[in-house]
Amino acid sequence: MRTVLDPTGERRPPERALLPRPASLHGRTVGLLDISKARGDVVLDRLAELLGEHGATVRRYRKPTFARVAPVDLRQEITEHCEVVVEALAD
Amino acid sequence: MSAVPRHAPEPPLRAAPVAGTPAPGQPASVGTGQLPDGLVAVVKRECPTCVLVEPVLRGLGAAVWCQDDPTWFDHDDTALELSYRLDVETVPTLLRVEDGVETARTVGWSREQWEALTGVPGLGEGLPEHRPGCGSLSVDPARIDALEARYGGSGLASRRIELADLEDEHEALFDRGWTDGLPVVPPTPERVLRMLRGTTRDPGEVVAVVPPDLVPCTVEKVAVNAVLAGCLPEYLPVVLAALEAACADEFALHGVLATTHFAGPVVVVNGPVADRIGMNSGVNALGQGNRANATIGRALQLVVRNVGGGRPGEVDRATLGNPGKTGSCFAEREQGSPFAPLAADRGVPGNAVTVFAGSGVQPVVDQLSRDPESLARSFAACLRVNAHPKLPMAFDAMLVVSPEHGRVLREAGWDRPRLLAELDGLLRLPAGELVRGAGGMAEGLPPGVAADEVPKFRPGGLLVAHAGGDAGLFSAVVGGWVGGETGSTPVTREVRT
Repeated sequence: MRTVLDPTGERRPPERALLPRPASLHGRTVGLLDISKARGDVVLDRLAELLGEHGATVRRYRKPTFARVAPVDLRQEITEHCEVVVEALAD
Repeated sequence: MSAVPRHAPEPPLRAAPVAGTPAPGQPASVGTGQLPDGLVAVVKRECPTCVLVEPVLRGLGAAVWCQDDPTWFDHDDTALELSYRLDVETVPTLLRVEDGVETARTVGWSREQWEALTGVPGLGEGLPEHRPGCGSLSVDPARIDALEARYGGSGLASRRIELADLEDEHEALFDRGWTDGLPVVPPTPERVLRMLRGTTRDPGEVVAVVPPDLVPCTVEKVAVNAVLAGCLPEYLPVVLAALEAACADEFALHGVLATTHFAGPVVVVNGPVADRIGMNSGVNALGQGNRANATIGRALQLVVRNVGGGRPGEVDRATLGNPGKTGSCFAEREQGSPFAPLAADRGVPGNAVTVFAGSGVQPVVDQLSRDPESLARSFAACLRVNAHPKLPMAFDAMLVVSPEHGRVLREAGWDRPRLLAELDGLLRLPAGELVRGAGGMAEGLPPGVAADEVPKFRPGGLLVAHAGGDAGLFSAVVGGWVGGETGSTPVTREVRT
């Protein structure tokens, strides 16, 4: 029997289940998060149009830089105001 | 100095007050039992002095434990547990024990001292007056770490994992996801203890909070991963400094890891520590073959993987990555350099590391320039294509100047600020060449750039270091990631022992 020491952080980040997918976006508030990647706005502008046509209320958000995680305040604001979030990557 | 000191309380009881052993004044245990009252001795048969005093010990009726031959006397200490717990450094060691507590001790052979301890006159007739003893096996450097791990109450906090007898220990570590794809050294408690001797820092001290899972990482966890990586204990302070630097907020390690871009931490080491631990700053400095270079960078990446939870295909989304992501570390060649040490120029003189989010090596070949102006123009031409010739102010770079190129600069009196200033002037790019579509390439700046010229690098976005072998009119560009506040800023930290 040989003993080794655990090299990991010995903790597991909590895994949270996704909320059930809404049947319709009509009347829902949808957050669009631009992570500041080049041309992410192109994707999100078009999405905003389409969502508006489906009766969703769109709110726009932007991370200061794609290189870092979203600031806590931004995450909380999105959580408070939105039922659905689309996070955009683009290049 | 040991980070996990063995405690040596004042006599009369010299047994170490660690797990399984008594506090001072309490009876010392022998395995599961207690030391017998009377005379107790520890010997080894290989020691001529022990052989010399054998008849004396037998005549005194002492309880004798032998370290290397279980049949010589009544008691067996070939596991060295008693020797370790009693902190025996020399054999023979003779103790007087009362109520299970050591009340007197002498080492080696001295008729006078043995008579004083035993109260028996005329000991050892025919023996010399005194004879020094031999080193105890329990303080043999090859054995001490294992003894400390087994009996010492090592203070190690990491979870202990028992590998089954039928498991191949190397395969077992792969199976648990702890490696970068290459074999690792199994982090046994004794190896981790030995690693911790490389620093005076407390094993429980938190070094950094490691992305992406933002896990507080102790000196001990760094040591475990340094063992995995193949480090020697003397490398540990450099690994610790590299981790501190890489986890500084401005380095943006989460982003460096998560990006689809190529980058990973490149560690540059400055100061006397580099030579002291045998780092390579010369021939093949950016290549393979030097243990310190290879394992320090690897240890940093294994901490990110194992402690921070940053694994390729999970949070690490690199499209291609680069071979340096297994680990990238070299020492700056300070001797003969035209530049002050990189870290010193960045405000940290002496032993220090600088981490840079680097993306592999691009050769710079100029075998004809013999004046610095020409050489600088070559450097600038090669640096202009960093990431893309039409993308300015976005991606950082590190220029590693070789000794033969460095000589051209040195002989002309060009230091780092002078070279950077010249390169800055040479790397003002005409905006018209940079806009999207120019040159038939869609990539480039969006239309509407106000200035006529745009600098290739943001201020501070170009690092310059000196390394390499004596021969070769070659330098290197290590391409960087997105620099500055929107990306990663290089970070320099002192190496503390």
